[in-house]
Amino acid sequence: MNRFKRSRSPVNSAGKTRVGKELPPKDSSAGAVQGRIGFGAIIDSWFLSHRSNARESFARLWAEPLQSLMTVLVIAIAIALPTALWVAISNLQQLSGSWQNSARISVFIDRGAAPKVVQGLIDTVQSLPQLEAVKYISPETALEEFQAAAGFGDVLALLDDNPLPGVLLVSPESVLSNDIKRLSTLVDDLSELPGVAEVQLDMQWLQRMQQILEMGERVSVLLGFTLSLGVLLVVGNTIRLAIENRRDEILVVKLVGGTNAFVRRPFLYTGLWYGLSGGLMAWLGVTLGSLWLDSAVTGLAALYQSSFSLAGTGWRGLLILTGLGGLLGLLGAALAVGRHIARIEP
Amino acid sequence: MIEFDGVSKRYEEGFEALSGINLAMAAGEMAFLTGHSGAGKSTLLKLIMLMERPSRGQLLINGKNLNRLHRSQIPYYRRRIGVVFQHHQLLFDRSVFDNVALPLQVSGYQSQEIGRRVRASLDKVGLLDKEKLNPLQLSGGEQQRVGIARAVVHKPRILLADEPTGNLDPELSSEIMRLFRDFRDVGVTVLIATHDIDLVERMGERVVNLNHGQLTAGLE
Repeated sequence: MNRFKRSRSPVNSAGKTRVGKELPPKDSSAGAVQGRIGFGAIIDSWFLSHRSNARESFARLWAEPLQSLMTVLVIAIAIALPTALWVAISNLQQLSGSWQNSARISVFIDRGAAPKVVQGLIDTVQSLPQLEAVKYISPETALEEFQAAAGFGDVLALLDDNPLPGVLLVSPESVLSNDIKRLSTLVDDLSELPGVAEVQLDMQWLQRMQQILEMGERVSVLLGFTLSLGVLLVVGNTIRLAIENRRDEILVVKLVGGTNAFVRRPFLYTGLWYGLSGGLMAWLGVTLGSLWLDSAVTGLAALYQSSFSLAGTGWRGLLILTGLGGLLGLLGAALAVGRHIARIEP
Repeated sequence: MIEFDGVSKRYEEGFEALSGINLAMAAGEMAFLTGHSGAGKSTLLKLIMLMERPSRGQLLINGKNLNRLHRSQIPYYRRRIGVVFQHHQLLFDRSVFDNVALPLQVSGYQSQEIGRRVRASLDKVGLLDKEKLNPLQLSGGEQQRVGIARAVVHKPRILLADEPTGNLDPELSSEIMRLFRDFRDVGVTVLIATHDIDLVERMGERVVNLNHGQLTAGLE
């Protein structure tokens, strides 16, 4: 309800009532009372005030570009470091995953086994459903390969008989290759078969690497937390200085009736801008860095007949990093503002 | 409008700035607050502005006891008072217009309304053509008038001034005082702290004199 609604003004000659903003009467004594503003207008002006605060805070950052850039860079580095580590680790994880996919099991055949037993073993293994491919390498073929590849020909020629056993190279199903538990059962099953001397699943180093990567992942999270705390402190300190610099202004604003919330707002926006820019810059840094590395990595991967390529943080990363940066900036500013603004009283 | 009822103010260091002040001002009254420096003039104004709280006694503004006003209400209370400072307290990082607009901005006025009121206020003090300048480009008298425009832009019911003519020549001072009288004429309660006795005598308004924190009648 507008308390200043005029007593219904007579319809004028044109038959139209006056539309437009109802202003308080110009009576001087009533004019001295202020603050009679409609609810809608309050909401409007609240949004307006936020918009102008956001704009002004941004303009203030541009007014001192070097100083602002330093702060933004510190934030960006603090965010980029754990992110880069994370990206590196998740790439390694992907890489090790693709190695695991090509997991192979070597089934060494007892050298004393009769040819009939060997043939039976090959048939049994070939009929196992969990296996994708089975390749038999006879002792003779193994010897030939060995002589050709290793250059041990002369040494091997000295031996009376072939020391090499027959080998069955077994590739498990791809579903199976990431499941270490089921793989070990398969290994156990295979070693039970008659004529098998030894079964080797060379995955231990992969498992170790998995563990190391998991540890690295945790380190990056820990680093992230620590550096986030750093960002909070950096933003907090920057805002504290900004508050000190604008002390006079705060005093005047409070004297003319500015609430703490009103005084706080521009500083909160400043923190938000710092954080957002820091997050954006961190993303740019990590993305550019991984792009730069990628050409080298793909080249290296090509040498190993791999099509592996470095994955950056992507658009989701951009969202997460700027969001995180903005949040940290806002939080840091809130910490500083909460402590210092209430203390500045005229 | 303003009523001091046995108000004393003792600072933490033990210095008693005001003791047992009884003072009443009706709405639309104008008075000069005089006294030697350190007599408690500023303290008295600070009490009205709620920059300080009384140690004893109570202060009623428009019938409301300020002792019962919660901290969080102070900003809203201050919006009904206009203050002119001795050192005008203008902000030099913004234009004259934005300085005057400040009380309206903190109260959440819309920009159209702000523009209208700021120009009306600047017009009143005769500085309408300087709204885009920085206060630093103005003379001392002009700066003080900007301060007055800011103090009255939100049409307060009470106008306080602390040595508003502090470093102005007599002619400028009278000009400023005439402005204050104009506001009194439209119903604003005006209280001006000053040590410019000549000026006070020339104006022929009510005089409240403070001496070592106590009220004495009339001029010494």
